[in-house]
Amino acid sequence: MIIPRGKVTVIMGPSGCGKSTLLGFFGGRLLPQKGSVKFDGQPVPRKRGVALYKMRRNMGMLFQSSALLTDLSVYENVAFPLREQTDLPEQIIRILVLMKLEMVGLRGARDMLPSSLSGGMARRVALARAIVLDPAMIMYDEPFVGLDPISMGVILKLIRELNDTLGLTSVVVTHDIHEGCAIADYIYLLGGGKVTGHGTPDQMLNSDHAEVRQFMKGQPDGPVHFHYPADEYLADLGRVD
Amino acid sequence: MDWVANLGQQVIRSVSRMGAAALFFLQAVVGAVKCLPRFHLVIQQLYSIGVLTMLIILVSGLFVGMVLGLQGYYQLVNFSAESSLGLVVALFLVRELGPVLSALLFAGRAGSALTAEIGLMKATEQISAMEMMAVDPMQRVIGPRLIAGIIAMPLLAAMMSAVGVIGGYLIGHVQFGVDSGVYWSSMQSGVDLYDDILNGVIKSVVFGFIVTWVALFEGYNATPTSEGVSRATTRTVVTSSLAVLGVDFILTALMFGGL
Amino acid sequence: MQSRTIETWVGIFMLLGIAALAVLAFKVSGSAGTDGNVYRIAARFENVGGLNEKAPVMIGGVRVGRVARISMDKEDYSAVVEMDIEQKYDNLPSDSGASILTSGLLGAQFVGLDPGAEDMFLEHGDELEITQSAIQLETLISQFMFSQGSSRDNTDKAE
Repeated sequence: MIIPRGKVTVIMGPSGCGKSTLLGFFGGRLLPQKGSVKFDGQPVPRKRGVALYKMRRNMGMLFQSSALLTDLSVYENVAFPLREQTDLPEQIIRILVLMKLEMVGLRGARDMLPSSLSGGMARRVALARAIVLDPAMIMYDEPFVGLDPISMGVILKLIRELNDTLGLTSVVVTHDIHEGCAIADYIYLLGGGKVTGHGTPDQMLNSDHAEVRQFMKGQPDGPVHFHYPADEYLADLGRVD
Repeated sequence: MDWVANLGQQVIRSVSRMGAAALFFLQAVVGAVKCLPRFHLVIQQLYSIGVLTMLIILVSGLFVGMVLGLQGYYQLVNFSAESSLGLVVALFLVRELGPVLSALLFAGRAGSALTAEIGLMKATEQISAMEMMAVDPMQRVIGPRLIAGIIAMPLLAAMMSAVGVIGGYLIGHVQFGVDSGVYWSSMQSGVDLYDDILNGVIKSVVFGFIVTWVALFEGYNATPTSEGVSRATTRTVVTSSLAVLGVDFILTALMFGGL
Repeated sequence: MQSRTIETWVGIFMLLGIAALAVLAFKVSGSAGTDGNVYRIAARFENVGGLNEKAPVMIGGVRVGRVARISMDKEDYSAVVEMDIEQKYDNLPSDSGASILTSGLLGAQFVGLDPGAEDMFLEHGDELEITQSAIQLETLISQFMFSQGSSRDNTDKAE
């Protein structure tokens, strides 16, 4: 699987196919049993250490649960990577934080606590935090889950705009076909532990591949069966226990 | 013969869990040492661990001391030895009840809170987020809590012993008329700074290590669901309580058996 | 929570804890004040009874020191009691006597010193010559019963 620089790549697939696990591999949090992961030409270090942390500075990650630190305010959460990773003085930190918050439209919410944020707002703060160090790549883990249509529109706009204006490489993991196709430059479809198809959104929507078709069209039965494996129906009904 | 295989499996699982716990302990200690330059993190934890447990320790200490005064008096008066009430109350508290009871209360109040907090952080992916931001969670989250637990425990135990001695005095003097001078002097003649008080402090430091370690480990390795976190909390209280009682026996035999 | 408030509460917590430790160290244990300036003297007894280490050493009911160590002399099987006397009581005559007494009828035992008349004073490492062993209650009772029995015999004989 090749993630091209500067583009939005969407990884799709049914639940449990390992999409989020893939993000774990990219960030070095999980170790693959077979195969290798390379970031910007360099292999991702397998052990925790300075090399891995350095590589992670170039990756931003938006978690499904936003993963904001609960005891810090919005401002402090976005400032967190700056404080931990750099020695920048307070004034510069303040400018950077406010800039990123402005990009996601939440500069006015800077003193709120994560517990008082709605799901969509929390996700936007997490996004601001993910880009505060100006990474080369951002990973989004199911960013559209549980959002109302307005927040959904906001996130879609942000992902696309940030990618283009900041020159980022974005990897989005999702199973929302509509949203995924709306922002994707390229799509990878996973199933049964492998890549079952890849291509541009148009190519994927018009594909002849059975597995790709079932997923993209949302068909209930196909290569992914409707029925969970079970005994013969009539025999099961007729059985006297 | 299935039960034999099951037993074997349980043993293997327990042993591997103990190994994981030991590894975690080492990592936590390293993280604790590394976090010392940023002491404000420790102070934050001292607040949530120590200050918030203080009230229950003080109240319990008072009651325990009063009960010791009551029971002690009833027994001693049979031998006309009620003048030794101060000594009995003090020795029981300083050597045993202070460190052990406060450790058990600490496990229930602060230990379970720690487990729930860490478990929740894991469940909401905050730990993973920290890792992705190249922040070592051992250094920022686990280390300060470990240090705070080790500092808070002996202070809490001392508070319980001190308040308990006063509680015993209240019952002994106010209720039963034991002369206050006799109460304090019998205590002072029998309680040794090094043998009794220092040993009690050593015990409480060890207990602090144990309870905090168990609480942090269980939280860190909890299944990231609400059910998993609640089960981990229960395990923290049970495991650390049993460990404290067991280690107390060993320490008591070592420290006071020779006397 | 403001960090100022947190710091204040943590400060209070630490102060209370240290205060508790201080209370324990000074009011509860008996070590403060006596450790430091003491000199050691010894006394031999046939029987130390129930005397414990850390028991008080008193003159006329006033505490002047503590029993530091109780051991047995392997040569003559006598009990050796070593005592730490506070430095300020440095005028104990060298012919003073030591007895093992009981406070009350069944109380704890202590060492009572009886000042002598010599001009020479006890110094570190000296030993007391005159000692009185502990009185065993059982011995007293058997003596009493024995004397009762023999006086009754005498009375019978007299009649």
